[in-house]
Amino acid sequence: MDVTLTVNGTPHVLEIDDPRVSLLDALRQRLDLTGTKKGCDHGQCGACTVIVNGRRINSCLTLAVMHEGDEITTIEGIGTPGDLAPLQQAFIRHDGFQCGYCTPGQIMSATAMLEELRQGWPSQVTGDLGSPALSDDEIRERMSGNLCRCSCYPNIVDAIREVAGKAAEGAA
Amino acid sequence: MPEPIELKLDHRMDLPDQEDLLDRMAQGVISTPMDRPEGPLKVSGTASYADEDHPPGTAYGWFVRANIAKGWVTGLNTKELQTMPGVLAVIRDDRMIRNPAQGGDAKSPHQGPAEIFYKGQPIALVVAETFEQARDAGLAARAEYKDSSHKAVILPAQAKYEEPRSKQSSQGNLDRAMKKAAFSVDVEYDTPSMSHAAMEPHAAVAWWEDGRLTLRGSYQMLNSNAQELADALGVSVKKVRILSRYVGGGFGSKLGIGHEGVGAAIAAQKLGRPVAIALHRRQVFEATHRRSETRQRVRLCCDADGHLTGIGHEAWVSNLPGEDFSEPVTQATSFTWAGENREIGHYIGRLNLTGAGSMRAPGEAVGVPVTDAAMDELSEAAGIDPVEFRLRNIPETDPSTGKPFSSNRLADCIRIGAERFGWSERPKVPGSRREGEWLIGFGMSAIIRVNMLGDSTARVTLRPDGTALVETDMTDIGTGSYSVLTQIAAEMLGLPPERVTTVLGDSDLPPSIGSGGSRGAASSGSSVMLAARALRGKLAERMGCDEEELTLKDGTVIAGNRQRDLADVLAGDSLQGTGTIRKGKAEDGHRQSSWGAEFCEVAVSSVTGEVHVRRLSGVFAAGRILNAKTARSQCMGGMIFGIGQALHEEVFHDARDGSFMNRDLAEYHVPVNLDVPHMDIELLMDDRDPFANPMQAKGIGELALCGTAGAIVNAIANATGHRFRSFPVTLDKVLEKLG
Repeated sequence: MDVTLTVNGTPHVLEIDDPRVSLLDALRQRLDLTGTKKGCDHGQCGACTVIVNGRRINSCLTLAVMHEGDEITTIEGIGTPGDLAPLQQAFIRHDGFQCGYCTPGQIMSATAMLEELRQGWPSQVTGDLGSPALSDDEIRERMSGNLCRCSCYPNIVDAIREVAGKAAEGAA
Repeated sequence: MPEPIELKLDHRMDLPDQEDLLDRMAQGVISTPMDRPEGPLKVSGTASYADEDHPPGTAYGWFVRANIAKGWVTGLNTKELQTMPGVLAVIRDDRMIRNPAQGGDAKSPHQGPAEIFYKGQPIALVVAETFEQARDAGLAARAEYKDSSHKAVILPAQAKYEEPRSKQSSQGNLDRAMKKAAFSVDVEYDTPSMSHAAMEPHAAVAWWEDGRLTLRGSYQMLNSNAQELADALGVSVKKVRILSRYVGGGFGSKLGIGHEGVGAAIAAQKLGRPVAIALHRRQVFEATHRRSETRQRVRLCCDADGHLTGIGHEAWVSNLPGEDFSEPVTQATSFTWAGENREIGHYIGRLNLTGAGSMRAPGEAVGVPVTDAAMDELSEAAGIDPVEFRLRNIPETDPSTGKPFSSNRLADCIRIGAERFGWSERPKVPGSRREGEWLIGFGMSAIIRVNMLGDSTARVTLRPDGTALVETDMTDIGTGSYSVLTQIAAEMLGLPPERVTTVLGDSDLPPSIGSGGSRGAASSGSSVMLAARALRGKLAERMGCDEEELTLKDGTVIAGNRQRDLADVLAGDSLQGTGTIRKGKAEDGHRQSSWGAEFCEVAVSSVTGEVHVRRLSGVFAAGRILNAKTARSQCMGGMIFGIGQALHEEVFHDARDGSFMNRDLAEYHVPVNLDVPHMDIELLMDDRDPFANPMQAKGIGELALCGTAGAIVNAIANATGHRFRSFPVTLDKVLEKLG
């Protein structure tokens, strides 16, 4: 069957002849968008995080055929080597990665997470449920679905906090 | 481009370095916290890992695995599988391997998929047009067995332990010293099976062209990997090329050629088309390597002043039958602490479990935390502060051999670390500091990892436009190879780093030792330094001066009062330097190690038994630091690896057949972001070790792990008043003792 996915603003009509194809494998193997990584294929590591219709999801846990008409953003839509987004630049500056394999997922997750925080979604560590603030623990908790075995977590927190802090200053 | 002018410089490390050449260079880029040059590719998803960029027509493989622990495969429902949609082949080939090669084997591991040695061992390979079809067919496979599981040895308690004579040693009389001592401890600790859990699953894509194999794989040591693969396939090593431009974490799990590499190569050969195999996460757990469980007995004794008089360390570890590797648990015990009466024991049990191999810092990663926890116990028994107790027992020379240390900064690391951490605020009485439900404690550990050098070659080309190209088969598994090799070449050639391109991860390039044992940066870096030095010699010749009088900076060549643009001096020529570093006698006469100390504050919940690491800080000395940013990240990663080891990580083997009961990332717990506090990491930037290599740099990639778990359990003991001698210290163990 044909499935239309709008990926990074570009509509793609994919002939998906096998309903078992995950969104992750469709992106990697059918669209050659290999920036989205497969770490566990089980929804346990977060390396495959993409943003679908504004929300971050594990693309390994959903089938391509379920996304007819959906708007999907992958790491390739965040910024390119010659035109990096502020978060990507901050990850480089703070060494928020080593092997780089979980990195696209971390950046996708961070992108969506900052928006969740901006919209006031509380988390497990939020004290005042009405107004979650951007604390290190909020970042840590909200990024804990993205494993990094090289363990750059403190650097990832620094990178996110710097970008979020600048955005907040800009807004004020 | 014209033929390059070729230059060579070989150096065998027989004598300590007296030049400290990198300190005399002018560019000022070495040691700086330069951003990783490959960073823009990694953060944008454009760095290409093994299971990517599939050639047109790639088919997909899925391994069928044994579901008994011991026996023989006598049949498979091959005909049925062959009729399934998309299936191209069901392969059982005698060249398939039992387990991955160990690091540096340079020959095939045990071959033959018919005999089963452990549950989860690959016994056949299904190849299909698509990944989904291959997986489906693979899961539909049914093997018949001659089952001898009743003879399988699963539990360490059932194993007969080998006692290889070369791995035992004894000095003086430890038994007598223990009896005469003012204070002593005789304790047993255990650490569980652990898994590397690199984020990128093992994967390979293979294709043959004109009888030559190209394999995109995720490997750490390409020179020996190509030999292992060629040997397994029965072809000349010249017929094998392995590409590993980016490796999504290794931690030792990708040191040797694995099932995916051999399987993809065989399948691609049989089918005459490219074949990709990415191990499923469960297969990564069960069919690569694990870190052996260990049981350790530590005996320590000291006089009334807290001076050690004896140290004994025995370790029981395991592996598959016939494997040479065994976790070298006692590696650092021979030289870290003083004491004239010493005993080392090393015993190897043969189990029908997933093979054991090197995992980050094999030996010290599990040995140092245990000896250090025992040191902490003895300091408490002797009533001496743990920092002071350790400082009293740092030996002048290697107590096992009498050889001097090439450099020993352990005391500096401990003193500086204690000061930075605020050790003086440590609760003096265990279990005495409380914040509500939380018990607070401080702990520390010495950090030790032996230093090694490996033969390595690199090629550095200065091109007519004054840019440089660095080439070696070295890999960057996240360690920072791209960064440090770029910096070394830039420093030696006086170029801004943007004018240096580093190409790695191709077995057709000059051979390095690869990434393993914390040797990579120092070994391949030395070869780059030598290659660049050969080029400096040629530039000096063109300037009519000695190399010592030559200054290279920002693309200019300076000799005395003459200054010329590098491109002018090159005059349209390309200069190609090949540098080789070899191991030599310098390591025979002196004990070499990297050093550190870590300090930890924990909070232990008296209600839930949870342990929170509130603060973790470390001070490290590893000779010259090549890049302050990547070195710090390596230390941070090692320390967090240690948090996992102390509190979370344990493979549970089914006692009936050895299978992994927690074989995925939801059940095998590695630290997550919220488990980790901000960390204070200090590198001793002035440290140098002239015995190590011409750069005077030592290994740092594994160092920080080697003791972390000790600092954490020592802090837990300080918080709760209880010693925990079984890793990891999970809630159930804490609650049992807290009552």
